Amino acid sequence: MTEHAAAIEQTEPASVPPARRRSWDKARAVVLGMGFPLLLIVLWDRAVALTGTRLIPSPRQVAVMMVDFSFGGIYDDAFSGTILIHLIKSMQRVYGGFFLAALVAIPLGLAIGRIKVVRQLLDPTISLLRPIPVTAWLPLSMIFFGLGPNAAIFLVFLGAFYPILLNTIFGVRSVDPRLFEAAAMLGCSGSAMFRQVMLPAALPAICNGLRIAHGFAWILIVVGEMTGVPTGLGSVIMDGRTLSRTDLVITGMIVIGVAGFVTDRVIVTISNRFLAWSPQHHA
Amino acid sequence: MPENGAAILAIEAVTKRFAAGDGEIEALARIDLTVAPGQFVCVIGASGCGKSTLLRVIAGFEEPTSGRVAVRGKTITRPGRDRGMVFQDYALFPWMSVRDNVAFGPRQRGLARTEIAATASEYLRLVGLERFAARYPSQLSGGMKQRVAIARVLANGPDILLMDEPFGALDALTREQLQRELLHIWARTGVTIVFVTHSVEEAVLLADRVLVMSAGPGRIEGDIAIELARPRDVSSPEFNAVRRDLARRLTSHLAPARARATAEA
Repeated sequence: MTEHAAAIEQTEPASVPPARRRSWDKARAVVLGMGFPLLLIVLWDRAVALTGTRLIPSPRQVAVMMVDFSFGGIYDDAFSGTILIHLIKSMQRVYGGFFLAALVAIPLGLAIGRIKVVRQLLDPTISLLRPIPVTAWLPLSMIFFGLGPNAAIFLVFLGAFYPILLNTIFGVRSVDPRLFEAAAMLGCSGSAMFRQVMLPAALPAICNGLRIAHGFAWILIVVGEMTGVPTGLGSVIMDGRTLSRTDLVITGMIVIGVAGFVTDRVIVTISNRFLAWSPQHHA
Repeated sequence: MPENGAAILAIEAVTKRFAAGDGEIEALARIDLTVAPGQFVCVIGASGCGKSTLLRVIAGFEEPTSGRVAVRGKTITRPGRDRGMVFQDYALFPWMSVRDNVAFGPRQRGLARTEIAATASEYLRLVGLERFAARYPSQLSGGMKQRVAIARVLANGPDILLMDEPFGALDALTREQLQRELLHIWARTGVTIVFVTHSVEEAVLLADRVLVMSAGPGRIEGDIAIELARPRDVSSPEFNAVRRDLARRLTSHLAPARARATAEA
């Protein structure tokens, strides 16, 4: 029993800060985390005012554009109040490409990691294709899929594919062989071994890959939507560029940033739930 | 020594060589051994004497280069639930709760849900961890992890418990406690135990029979019955006499091996 007591103390260390100190720590994180972007906005504002440039809008102008883009009623042009249309279109493409990539890359990664013949068959090809920048596929993807959303989904798919694949392979390859031995002597074999041991053991690495791929998916949506689609945040930015409306460009950038941030938090929350057992994998 | 017919474990002319670089390493020279049901056998020897290899061959993790290992007369070819291994580094499934770890074996057998739960509870109680059933392994101390590993194996009803320096990584107090608990479990379940250790005191405390192994290549140099009455008292003069004797035999076995190694070098 003495040992049990010692173990409880170990998992709940005596050096836990009191609740007050912890809430102060949280408050400081919020103040610092919000303060730095605010400082950047002030610097931006001052720089625009001091140089008198007309190429870069002031933060105020961007804020006005953001309100118009969200709710309309200010400029009443083609972009007023259209944020949801573009955001939803972009998200459809981001998640279309992302889930497609996960659907192909996770099983493929498990097979490559676990089955030697598959690894020998595919590894050289993948190593050869992987260094090619996704943007280099742009002309070909337009030929394959035409001018439209499918080309965008294809680019997002390509960008998300490799991080998921490589992390899944890494996850499978780095499972402690003792765990397979332990499962084998407990009577586990074949597909049960795959499902009950390899998959959960590789899950932290797979989640890492999904998170990295998700970031790439949002990066690539702008490139994807340069392929001549009429809607989406990427196309808004391209339109803004054509029309020399930098306020629209920056507005589009901010929306992508916020959408990427929020959805990343969702992914982190979900993977923390799945990986509650692993103290190292709390992002 | 028990007769072959009554033996639960029979090792017949087993050798093991590993490929190493261009050549081969002879890990086990010819090993012959039979173990009677319910016997507590300790295998002792210096590191590198092949005692872990022998255990892994019995477990079915390594195939013998020649010879055969039989459990209840049946030649073994792969790991199976008749032989439960307890590793020094626990090898618990970190993504499963303590309860699910213990229930892993019964679940593989396709038992009914209620039966699996009942078995898990029974063995958690046996190792005194019911209160920690919902925890993950990462939230346990080393001693508690090893208790879970023992319960996980026992829940599968093995004929033989194979233990590879199971208490080697634990502090002295926890080790003593677990040794006591293991003896208690052994008495209650009647399971056969093959226990690898490098501690003379641990071997004398636990074993009915101690096998002394020596290296280069690994072989059994001595087979000693420990006839002290149980429970054994480590501070008694009888215990110390046996321990001293075993330690002397161990060093006398090691000395020629060492001399040979020096001569070769």
